[in-house]
Amino acid sequence: MQDTAVTVLYFAWLKARTGIAQETVAPPPAIVTVGALIEWLKGRSPGHAHALADVATVRVAVNQEYVRLDHPVRPGDEVALFPPVTGG
Amino acid sequence: MIRVQAEDFDVGAEIERLTAGNIRVGGVASFIGLVRAMRPEEGGPDGGGGLKAMTLEHYPGMTERELARIEAEARGRWPLEDVLVIHRYGRLEPGERIVLVVTLSAHRQAAFESCAFLMDWLKTKAPFWKAEETASGTSWVDARATDTRAAERWETSGGNRAAE
Repeated sequence: MQDTAVTVLYFAWLKARTGIAQETVAPPPAIVTVGALIEWLKGRSPGHAHALADVATVRVAVNQEYVRLDHPVRPGDEVALFPPVTGG
Repeated sequence: MIRVQAEDFDVGAEIERLTAGNIRVGGVASFIGLVRAMRPEEGGPDGGGGLKAMTLEHYPGMTERELARIEAEARGRWPLEDVLVIHRYGRLEPGERIVLVVTLSAHRQAAFESCAFLMDWLKTKAPFWKAEETASGTSWVDARATDTRAAERWETSGGNRAAE
């Protein structure tokens, strides 16, 4: 678990749909990109599947930097999943 | 300077503090964003679903980083004496202040333009999310294409990032 652990944060309606603000997950070694991680996370619960159903509506940050879906995910990363931002 | 806080801010006191002792400043531009009541076509007072409150959530850590990055971008593009961005989070009712952007420069054009730039980029890049509370419940506000277009007018070639 420790070797492959990734922290996943959910905000706004992704948090509401998953029912989770933060979780530590241990994806299999084959999961090496953000896109693959999201596909894998969908299998964790019906809430996850609902929240992540339309990846086009999900924005991703790794270690607090915006990234695209082909960005690598490494053990120890903080991956945040959230809707397009609506501040200001 | 960037501040992300739950508390309200005093616009006059902030501008006074920013200008005190800096005689190179010839112009100060500011933008203050407020929680507004919905119009009838948005389900406002005459539509029976008036806005009771707006709750702003953010991503502590990344919010400050993104705002600092946007401030640095503004300072790189315009000759600014100082910059202040204050953004609130938490539950805010109609009429309450949400955001303050103040830019100070020798001349007005840099102050005006950088103030508009900071707001446009902040709205599409800083990780804040608004939830609207009405009589019929609470719902998350959708991002607006007009905000994305407003931000894009400041993009330079090769400057695209994954936020949009």
